Amino acid sequence: MDATLAIERIYRDEYGRIVASLVRRFGDIDIAEEAAGEALLAAVEKWPADGVPPNPGGWLTTTARNRAIDKIRRESHRDAKHQAALMLNPTSGDDDVADKDTGLVEDDRLRLIFTCCHPALAPEARVALTLRLLGGLTVAEIARAFLVPETTMAQRITRAKAKIKNAHIPYRVPDGVDLTRRLAGVLAVIYLVYNEGYLSGSGDADIRDELTGEAIRLGRILRQLLPTDPEVAGLLALMLLTESRRHVRLAAGELVPLHEQDRGGWDRTLIAEGHDLVRECLALNRPGQYQLLAAVNAVHTDAPTAADTDWGQIVTLYSQLYAVAPSPIVTLNRAVAVAELDGAEVALAEVDRLDLTGYHAWHATRADLLRRLGRSADARAAYDAAIAATENEAERAYLSRRRGSLAGLEGPP
Amino acid sequence: MSQYLLSVHHTPDDPMLALTPEEVQPVFEAVDRFNKMLMDQGIWVFGGGLHPIEASTVVDGTGDEPIFTDGPFAESKEWMGGFWVIEAPDLDAALKLAAEGSKACQGKVEVRPFQDEPPAA
Repeated sequence: MDATLAIERIYRDEYGRIVASLVRRFGDIDIAEEAAGEALLAAVEKWPADGVPPNPGGWLTTTARNRAIDKIRRESHRDAKHQAALMLNPTSGDDDVADKDTGLVEDDRLRLIFTCCHPALAPEARVALTLRLLGGLTVAEIARAFLVPETTMAQRITRAKAKIKNAHIPYRVPDGVDLTRRLAGVLAVIYLVYNEGYLSGSGDADIRDELTGEAIRLGRILRQLLPTDPEVAGLLALMLLTESRRHVRLAAGELVPLHEQDRGGWDRTLIAEGHDLVRECLALNRPGQYQLLAAVNAVHTDAPTAADTDWGQIVTLYSQLYAVAPSPIVTLNRAVAVAELDGAEVALAEVDRLDLTGYHAWHATRADLLRRLGRSADARAAYDAAIAATENEAERAYLSRRRGSLAGLEGPP
Repeated sequence: MSQYLLSVHHTPDDPMLALTPEEVQPVFEAVDRFNKMLMDQGIWVFGGGLHPIEASTVVDGTGDEPIFTDGPFAESKEWMGGFWVIEAPDLDAALKLAAEGSKACQGKVEVRPFQDEPPAA
């Protein structure tokens, strides 16, 4: 690999750690980012000649911190007292912290992720900031991932950083009751990043891989930082189990539904890790929405063939999910399992009760149930509605094929 | 400590506006309790309720002669009914107080930081 590329890779991996540690030290995101950028330049200059230091992350953090201190020293507009406070941060043993994988450094990242995912920030800004500051993605990469112009994304991030500064959004891990509520916000951001990469039918494939990979990485960091929280484990398991099927989910640009997927193409390592996490959650017995979704996925990944799927278990899990997170989409997904268990007619009755006419999956599910009931004309209309309601090319290709395979028209309805 | 403006916003369909004096009394009492809590904690800077929006006058002193115009600054479906200025260590603390204030006055509260830190006491 090209030396600069290798350095950039290390830098990307270490970025969240470096920035989080500098934000704690200097209380300022811009100073932290700028200093991190300068550390990268220094690395690109030095490492190819001197070799990569034994602890590149520590080297980058120390270099960035020294650059930040230099910068603050140079700046004359800061009042002396403020400057002294920044320079003489009471956190002793700072060097050790920066040089090793100690708990304190991890805490910095945790603090920063709670800042990035603060409810006072707009949801799209939370996602962008998390990817920028903890994931180390460039503004251009984030803009490409969300299909917005780079200037728009830059503005979004700048505005969010200004709000953090001006409104004094703290760098702190919330405690007590607040932690649960705020953690739900952090998990939602990570899951959103994952889904953006997984579900999005547009945008280039590299960026989508980047997003799912980054979401899993953030999920692992969070799991490392909060090892006893069952929802943190649940989200990681959910992402791993979904990811395990990603490569066989599309074939020639067309969506391949679960029951048609080549299960030999599923990633067994990810599945094993996901199943371990789900088992751990079950033992904790404090179910939440991510754990339940992970459990549904585990039932699927546990079945050697589609016919072996334990649909009864899936219906039960969706019912439990509805109890903790009621939503018509949960009922819709549950109906798919009900169809396998009690037949398409029972499932269709449940689906028809839902007010989801704007949701393509509702139409697609209806279409499939109508097809199974031999109501070809109704099924065709439902496929048309589903195709009209989605922009996702892979999904449209799949739905069009299904529509094309319908039995000949049974006459006007 | 930073200073935050907690402003109470009303809309024409606000149920608060339809309350009878008897019904509104408990709201006043709740706001009094909230005010007293802010003062007891030493984080009260200033606060008060405003007369209805019809009582406002806009002054434009940007030209040679000041121009006085009746009515609110802009046609709006939302207006400020009252406010507090409080001191809080950070946004989380300010949001927590705003939630209590909102419950007390039965209205939505907007939280905005002041530009400058208050001069050291």
